[in-house]
Amino acid sequence: MARTAIEAVGLNKWFGDGEVKTHAVKDVSFEAYLGEILYVVGPSGSGKTTMLSMISGILRPNSGTVKIEGSEIWSLTNDALADFRLHKIGFVFQDFHLFPRLTTAENVAIPLILQKRAWDEALKEAEVDLEVVGLKDRAQLPPVKLSGGEQQRVAIARAIVSRPDILILDEPTASLDGDSGRNIVKFVREHILSDQRCIVIVTHDSRIYEFADRIVKMEDGKMMGIERENLNAQ
Amino acid sequence: MGGILHIAYKLLVNDRAKYAALLLGITFAVFLMIEMTSLFAGILTRSSATVINIGASIWVMDPAIQTVANTIPLPDYVLDEVRSIPGVKYAVPLYSGAALLKLPDGVYQSANIIGLDDTSLFGRPTLENGNIEDIFAENAFIAVKDSEFYKLENPKVGAEFELNDHRGVIVGIAHVASSGLFGVPTLYTTYNRALQYIPSTRFTISYLLVEPKTLADVALIKQQVKAAGYLALTKDEFIQKISSFYKYQTGVGTNMLIMTVISFIIGLSISGQTFYTFVIENLEKFGALKAIGAKGRELIVMILFQAAFVSLTGYGIGVGLCALIIWTARLYLPDYAAIITFSNLVLAFLMVIVIAAISSYVGVRKVLRIEPFDIFRG
Ligand SMILES: Nc1ncnc2c1ncn2[C@@H]1O[C@H](COP(=O)(O)OP(=O)(O)O)[C@@H](O)[C@H]1O
Ligand SMILES: [Mg+2]
Repeated sequence: MARTAIEAVGLNKWFGDGEVKTHAVKDVSFEAYLGEILYVVGPSGSGKTTMLSMISGILRPNSGTVKIEGSEIWSLTNDALADFRLHKIGFVFQDFHLFPRLTTAENVAIPLILQKRAWDEALKEAEVDLEVVGLKDRAQLPPVKLSGGEQQRVAIARAIVSRPDILILDEPTASLDGDSGRNIVKFVREHILSDQRCIVIVTHDSRIYEFADRIVKMEDGKMMGIERENLNAQ
Repeated sequence: MGGILHIAYKLLVNDRAKYAALLLGITFAVFLMIEMTSLFAGILTRSSATVINIGASIWVMDPAIQTVANTIPLPDYVLDEVRSIPGVKYAVPLYSGAALLKLPDGVYQSANIIGLDDTSLFGRPTLENGNIEDIFAENAFIAVKDSEFYKLENPKVGAEFELNDHRGVIVGIAHVASSGLFGVPTLYTTYNRALQYIPSTRFTISYLLVEPKTLADVALIKQQVKAAGYLALTKDEFIQKISSFYKYQTGVGTNMLIMTVISFIIGLSISGQTFYTFVIENLEKFGALKAIGAKGRELIVMILFQAAFVSLTGYGIGVGLCALIIWTARLYLPDYAAIITFSNLVLAFLMVIVIAAISSYVGVRKVLRIEPFDIFRG
């Protein structure tokens, strides 16, 4: 049995108060394992991003617990939480959030620099990861010179550069055309997934379902159970 | 820490347009502030030129005097009274007055005539040419080679002129520490010749120059002079008094102050505004850094670094520009009275720090408020 990477129990999150109160995530519990790609699917507004933020130490739940590889994260101080994100989690944001004033390599090196690694060393490692995502020759260009699919791969390189156990991708194909979207996820499946890593992808793009190990569905803040299981069981 | 500063540096400098606007704002403000205050410092120094050049420790004058240029003559008995004060080593009269010279080519030129005490020549200038003894020769005057010297048609020793139908001869060329404020050349002669050449009122002593026996005697001298109905000021006090007059009794000081404040406000608004836009535009990126795992403190350091970097660079350029302009102006305008003093530099520096502090305070508040979740949600 694979080791548990993420264990969420009874997560709740609401925004606002009274009339405008939105109960965005309702009593969500689930587990994700090292070595798998878990999809979270569901209509827009169903609470996927909110849930993702709570399991990755970005948004504090109103109730419930999140354990990452056995340790509870929401009891950590803010600084410890920042360190946790820096070392354990890799993010690929929906709209990439690359820095236009930095080179591609510098963008990728950011997590290492935040880890206080030496600049040159961080850049060297960044270039290794750019090679992994097939963009070695773009290292010195600013990200705006790259295509959407290439920018997505830069974002992935940045997310994996610190070797996080958990990789979070929120709608990675949303801003890409069908083919590049599919290629990206295929690439993640083939090159980024490992026994030591758990990848959670939020999407509602059914064309990429084939790359998931398991798919869970959210609707109106609730997790509706497992949609499909062990699609790619080895 | 070094790495995030490096990132902060690149985010700032690689944003060419904003970086240029930020630098421009600060440079402009610093330039204006230093230029204004330097001009003012120059004017203040020049307004006390006679006091500085004569160099006496204590000046006795009529209490109504406001500047060294507008003298109120003292009666002769004051000299005897002051000489009889116990702590006084010696006291000598000084004449300072305006005169109209007729130069060899017929041109009339007003000048400041300083008459030095005949017996001691106390307050005499350093001569570049000629011999100080020659001041006792017939019709002798010593011309001061300051920024107004050319108005005397650059005379050499032996040059002649007319003063109220008297013949005057230049017997020496002197140099002094400071040029005057009023754009007229200065000539030294003896006290008695000055009185003889220039029509005078009943009283003739412009100032009494006093040297105390010891420093401890200064207080007593001042007190005794005051009891006699006159005012004794040390050299520094007199300079201070003259400066205060120009600062507070003329429009000069107020105008300079207003200009300095305006340049400060302009600098603050240009730089503050640009820095604010800069931070706002990068807000998402700071949010992404926060999500990835940057601590609030690290983001603050980045912003402070950016503000400090742009401010210090702008300060440096502003100071350099100012020095360059003053230097160039002096080449073409010998009268240009501007001195960059240490306090001008410090004042401008403090203002730049305030500008940087205000700008970064706004930035820091914004950055601390961003929720990485909002960035995450897109
Ligand atoms: N900061 C917020 N303030 C108020 N409501 C929010 C906030 N964030 C999310 N919501 C609401 O929570 C619900 C879930 O949002 P989200 O998690 O972004 O959905 P999804 O990612 O599935 O599209 C939505 O109804 C959304 O409007
Ligand atoms: Mg979402």
